[in-house]
Amino acid sequence: MANQALGAPRLTGPQPVAKPEVVSSSRAETAPLIKAGDSRIPDGIFHGAVLSCGVCVLGLVGVIVYQLVTKSALSWHAFGWKFFFRSEWDPVNEQFGAWPFVYGTLVSSLLALVLAVPLAVGVAVFITEMCPRWLKGSLAFTTELLAAIPSVIYGLWAIFVMVPLLREYVEPFLARYLGWTGLFEGTPYGIGMLAAGIILAIMVVPIVSSITREVMTAVPQQQREAVLALGATRWEMIRTGVLRNARAGILGGVILGLGRALGETMAVTMVIGNRPEIARSLFAPGYTMASVIANEFSEATSDTYLSALVEVGLALFLVTIIVNILAQLLVWSVTRGMPRRSNA
Amino acid sequence: MPNLGTQTGQFEIAPISLWRRGMNGFVTLAAGAAVVLVLLPLGAIFAYLIYKGLGSINWAFLTQTPKPVGEAGGGMANAIAGSAYVLAIASVMGVPIGIGAGIYLAEYGRNRFGDVIRFTADVLNGVPSIVVGIVAYGIVVLGQGHFSALAGGVALAIMMIPTITRTSEEMLLLVPNAVREAAYGLGVSRWRTTLSITLRTATSGVITGVMLAFARVAGETAPLLFTAFGNQYWNWKMNQPTAALSLQVYTYAISPFDEWHRQAWAGALILIVLIVASVSAVRIAAGRGMLKGAN
Repeated sequence: MANQALGAPRLTGPQPVAKPEVVSSSRAETAPLIKAGDSRIPDGIFHGAVLSCGVCVLGLVGVIVYQLVTKSALSWHAFGWKFFFRSEWDPVNEQFGAWPFVYGTLVSSLLALVLAVPLAVGVAVFITEMCPRWLKGSLAFTTELLAAIPSVIYGLWAIFVMVPLLREYVEPFLARYLGWTGLFEGTPYGIGMLAAGIILAIMVVPIVSSITREVMTAVPQQQREAVLALGATRWEMIRTGVLRNARAGILGGVILGLGRALGETMAVTMVIGNRPEIARSLFAPGYTMASVIANEFSEATSDTYLSALVEVGLALFLVTIIVNILAQLLVWSVTRGMPRRSNA
Repeated sequence: MPNLGTQTGQFEIAPISLWRRGMNGFVTLAAGAAVVLVLLPLGAIFAYLIYKGLGSINWAFLTQTPKPVGEAGGGMANAIAGSAYVLAIASVMGVPIGIGAGIYLAEYGRNRFGDVIRFTADVLNGVPSIVVGIVAYGIVVLGQGHFSALAGGVALAIMMIPTITRTSEEMLLLVPNAVREAAYGLGVSRWRTTLSITLRTATSGVITGVMLAFARVAGETAPLLFTAFGNQYWNWKMNQPTAALSLQVYTYAISPFDEWHRQAWAGALILIVLIVASVSAVRIAAGRGMLKGAN
C-alpha cells in the first residue's frame, strides 16, 4: 500500500481535507516522511493501466481500418476504382459495382437534409430566441428525445404508418401537381427513395437542431442587444445578429447530420425498397450502401461477394469520417472563443 | 434608420414598416410551425407504439419464446433476455476501458498524445454502426467460426467506448484542482487520489455518461445483424448466436404475417420504455448536480 509509511487513514469519502488534525496525529509525526519512490510503483502501474485504455481507443480505430482494408482487398484487386462507378451488382456471376448504392445513399441523404435543415433551424431559432422560458427546457428535451429513439422503431413506424400515408395521400398529390418535374412519377408504392428521405429527415432533425442551438447560444448576448438597439425587429436581430455569426457552426451541424444520414441503416433498409436501380423518380425503390451490407452480408456466399460488401463498408467508413471531421472543425470555429471578426 | 426630425430638432423614430413587421410575424409563425412539424412524428410514434403495442403485451409475450408461423401466441422472452445478455457483455468490456481512457485523458492527457486519443475517440463516435458490425464479424465471428453473443457484445462495446471516454473526461475535468491538491498535500499517492477522490467526486457525472452510451447502443440493430444474429430459442452460451429485442423487432416488422407485426409493436414498446426510462434517469441524475462532492 502506498500510504502505509504516512499512516494516512483510509480515504473513503470525497472530502479529504475535512480532518486536518489527521496530519498532525502522532503516527504521522513519528513515521519517516515517505520513503523515496514509495508510491512510484503503484503510480506507474496505474498510469500504465489507464494509458493502455487510452491506447485501446487508438487501437480500435486501427483494428477497424485494418479489418476493412484487408477484408476488402480481394474486391479491390478485382475491380479497382471502377468498383464505385459500375452499376452491375450480380453475385451469381461475381460482377460487383457499387454505383447504385452510392447513388441511393447520396440521394436519400441529400433529400433528408433538404427536408430537415429548415425545420431544424426553425426549431433551434424558436427554442433559443422566441419561446417563453418555462417551455424552453421541456421543448429542448422533447426534441432530443427524438434522437434517443432507436432506428428500428423509426423503421417499424415508417413501414406501418408513414408508408401507407405516403401511398394513399402524399404521393398521388405530389404526382398530380409536381409530376411535371419528373421527380414524382411512376406508381406510388409508398416504399421508395422518398420514404427513406423523409424518415432520415425525421432522424436528422434533432442532431442539426441541437448543434444549431449550441452555436446560437454561443453568440454573445450583447450582439443581440446591439442589433435590437439599432431598431431591428426580432427577426432582423436573429438574421443579422445571431444566424450570421453562427453560420459556420450551423453548417457544421448540417454536415454532422449528413454524417448520421449517410451511415443510417435500419430505418432506411426497411422503407427504401432495396433494389439496386437508379431512377429519376423519387417514388422508385432504391438501395443504400448501409442497407446492402445489412441485407446481404450474412448471406454472402463467395469470398469476392463478401469482399465487395466490405469494400462498400470501407467507403462508407471513410466518407463518414471525413464528413464528421469537417463538421467538428466547423462547430469548433464558432463555439471556441469569440465569433469571428470577419463576420461582424 | 431614424429620421432626423427637422422641426423639433429631435430624433423621430420611423415606424416599422408593414413589410418588416409582416416578415417578423411570418418568421415567428414559421418557427412555431417547424416545432409542431417536428414534434408531430414524435407524438405519432409514441401514440402508435402505445396503441398497437400495449394490447399485445401479455404474460405469454414476456415469458415465452417465439412460436412458429401460424401458431398464435408465443413471445419475446428470449429476445429480452438476449438483449440484456449482449448489453451486459458489452458493458463489462466497454465501461472499464471507456472510463480508464477518460481518466487517462483527464489526468495524464494534457499533451499531444492525449489530443490524438481525443480525436480518435471522436472519429470512433462517428463510425456507422453497420461498419462496426463488419469489424466485429471480422474479429470475433471469423475467429470463432460462428455467430455469437460475444461478437454482438464486442460490437456494442466498440460503440460504447468513445461516448463513455469523452463524457468521463469532461466530468473528471470539472472536479476542481484544489481537491486533487488537497489530497496530494496529505501525501496520498496519485493513483489513490484519482480513484478515491477525483473519480469519486465525479461519480454521478461519469454514470450519466455510461447511461447515455448504454441508451445509445441498447436499441442498436445493425451491428447485431451478423454478430449476435438472432435465435428462436433460449441461449446462455457466450459462443452461440443469441436473440435480441431489436433484432426480433426488425425480423418481425419486415415479415408478411399480421401476428408477427403485432408482436413487433409490442417488442418495440418494451424497447423504447427501457430506453426512455434510462434516459430520463440520466436527466434526473444530471439535474441533481453533477458534482455533489465538490465545493
